Amino acid sequence: MSYAEAIREALAEEMRRDKNVFVLGEDVGKFGGAFKVTKGLLDEFGPERVRDTPLSENAIIGAAMGAAIMGYRPVAEIMYMDFLHECSDQLVNHLPKMHFMTGGKLTAPVVIRTQYSLGRNTGAQHSQFFPSFYMNTPGIMVATPSTPADAKGLLKAAIRGSNPVLFVECAALYGRHGEVPEGDYVIPFGKADIKRPGNDATVVAVSRMVGEALSAADVLASEGISIEVIDPRTLVPLDTDTILSSVKKTARLITAEDSCSTCGVGAEIVARITERAMDYLEGVERIACPDTPAPFSPPLQKAYMPGKDAIVTAVKRMMS
Amino acid sequence: MAAISKTSLLSLYETMLRQRMLEEEVVELFKQGLIPGLAHPYIGQEAVAAGVCAALGEGDLVVSNHRGHGHSVAKGIPERAILSELMGKDAGMCLGLGGSMHSTDLQAGVIFSTAIVGGGIPLAVGVALALQMDRKANCVACFFGDGATNTGAFHEALNLAAVWRLPVVFVCENNRYAVSVPVSKSTSASIVQRGQAYGIPGLSANGMNVLDVYAVASEAVARAKKGEGPTLMECETYRYKGHGVYDSGLDYRTQQEVDEWVKRDPIKGFERKLTTEKLASAEELDAIRSRVKSRLAEAVEFAKNRPYPSNDLLGKFVWA
Repeated sequence: MSYAEAIREALAEEMRRDKNVFVLGEDVGKFGGAFKVTKGLLDEFGPERVRDTPLSENAIIGAAMGAAIMGYRPVAEIMYMDFLHECSDQLVNHLPKMHFMTGGKLTAPVVIRTQYSLGRNTGAQHSQFFPSFYMNTPGIMVATPSTPADAKGLLKAAIRGSNPVLFVECAALYGRHGEVPEGDYVIPFGKADIKRPGNDATVVAVSRMVGEALSAADVLASEGISIEVIDPRTLVPLDTDTILSSVKKTARLITAEDSCSTCGVGAEIVARITERAMDYLEGVERIACPDTPAPFSPPLQKAYMPGKDAIVTAVKRMMS
Repeated sequence: MAAISKTSLLSLYETMLRQRMLEEEVVELFKQGLIPGLAHPYIGQEAVAAGVCAALGEGDLVVSNHRGHGHSVAKGIPERAILSELMGKDAGMCLGLGGSMHSTDLQAGVIFSTAIVGGGIPLAVGVALALQMDRKANCVACFFGDGATNTGAFHEALNLAAVWRLPVVFVCENNRYAVSVPVSKSTSASIVQRGQAYGIPGLSANGMNVLDVYAVASEAVARAKKGEGPTLMECETYRYKGHGVYDSGLDYRTQQEVDEWVKRDPIKGFERKLTTEKLASAEELDAIRSRVKSRLAEAVEFAKNRPYPSNDLLGKFVWA
């Protein structure tokens, strides 16, 4: 099934399983969501559990949080990751800190589903991917599924967990098909997935770049080079140990993401690994977007986005 | 409105006295260096907390703010838990992790207090959503100041509460100043009219008169519990002290203005009413005053003698 269908299936299964789970967001009801992910949920669960909201990101997340501290399990949709900034106060100043500030009295199990649209020519304000902002905000978990199966398993775990979760989908992947285990498939947070084992270099790729890394692996394999592709799946908590073990084997670390390079996910991963495995490392490189806003014109956007070619080039450079 | 029993009248008096005496003690303890950080004295506004909280019943909740010690006392959080928290001691209601601005006590029904002006208003809407989804005939009162009525969060939250017809009483404590900026310079039209903009009744109350606040709050609470939706209450009140304990309040206000408001003191005014109308004797009121004083003294001793939390607490409560 497709990535979008897998997310829809996870939502529907969790809503059947637990009546406290409800969905809210702009256009999620009758319209089925801007990307049609919530299509059909209104028909099955009714308007009390699938709520169209006004254009009010601050109120959407604040209200979701208020319902969550009272025992509900809201899944709020923020249409574009760029719009998370509209609700930053709730998302950063409140949600990750509720459990802590109250000495453990409150829990706020809000899942915020959002997506990034880089690659779809949507311009600088509809293309941003910045999960590392939330790695620097203790108290919120961050998931970045790259396959339909991972999307289903991680979303179920997110909804059942007791903590706030930022669940970042990739619009470019919504139509991608893949095998999805039937039934109650749940993936624990904090467990990276070695999507492809290898020996010559470790490539830690996030979201859309996982597919690019696997394509790069095919190209490199034909030249006798094997790369290990690791998909962290969750950036918070981050499975540093799996990456560390891999780097101790390969001695080469490459990170790949659709964020801007400075202070991106790669910056944190490289810092952690060099702190702990300096002696093992022969090469380190981050592959990311350049430090500019995303351009609109298609050829410029294509040049802006990292891809398999950048990974292939980086691996060969490291090995020469 | 039905006549109020003597017990209730004396309870209102005692609640206001408890707030006043606690807050005066807090100012003292701050000067002595025993309360660190920030504290925002509620002195002068006691009638609002007392009147609103008296109108709330079993299972009704409060969302409070940075100027929240009065709300905490009026809703029933023990003085020793409040003072311990303010001093950062282990017996604080949030174990010393929150401080002055994050009062939370689920038994007392103070579900959360936020330090971000306006930040608690969307949260209160979410709490009300949970009450509505629970089919409970309960409501939530959300306290905020005049400054908060200019935040985006206020407007988003009022709109959402109106659209979803939620059981929330929005209580604006208009003390005429947001730190140093007077309402006349910052706030267009009137605050009660802002309710009307969202189709919500806007009710005015004399915030220096506890019975007036109680009457208006009772009306708003009744509406909410009948499922008729939210109300905006604007209570005209005044803080005798500055914005925070470090602010004299006289850089932007005249002593003459302060003195004019002190003449309308809610506690003295109520004393006069009770004794003049023979609703209570001076002796009864003195007895209450003594009781409150000795309870407070005991709470101060308790908090002073508690230890600070151990550093082990640092790693706790990030994740539920």
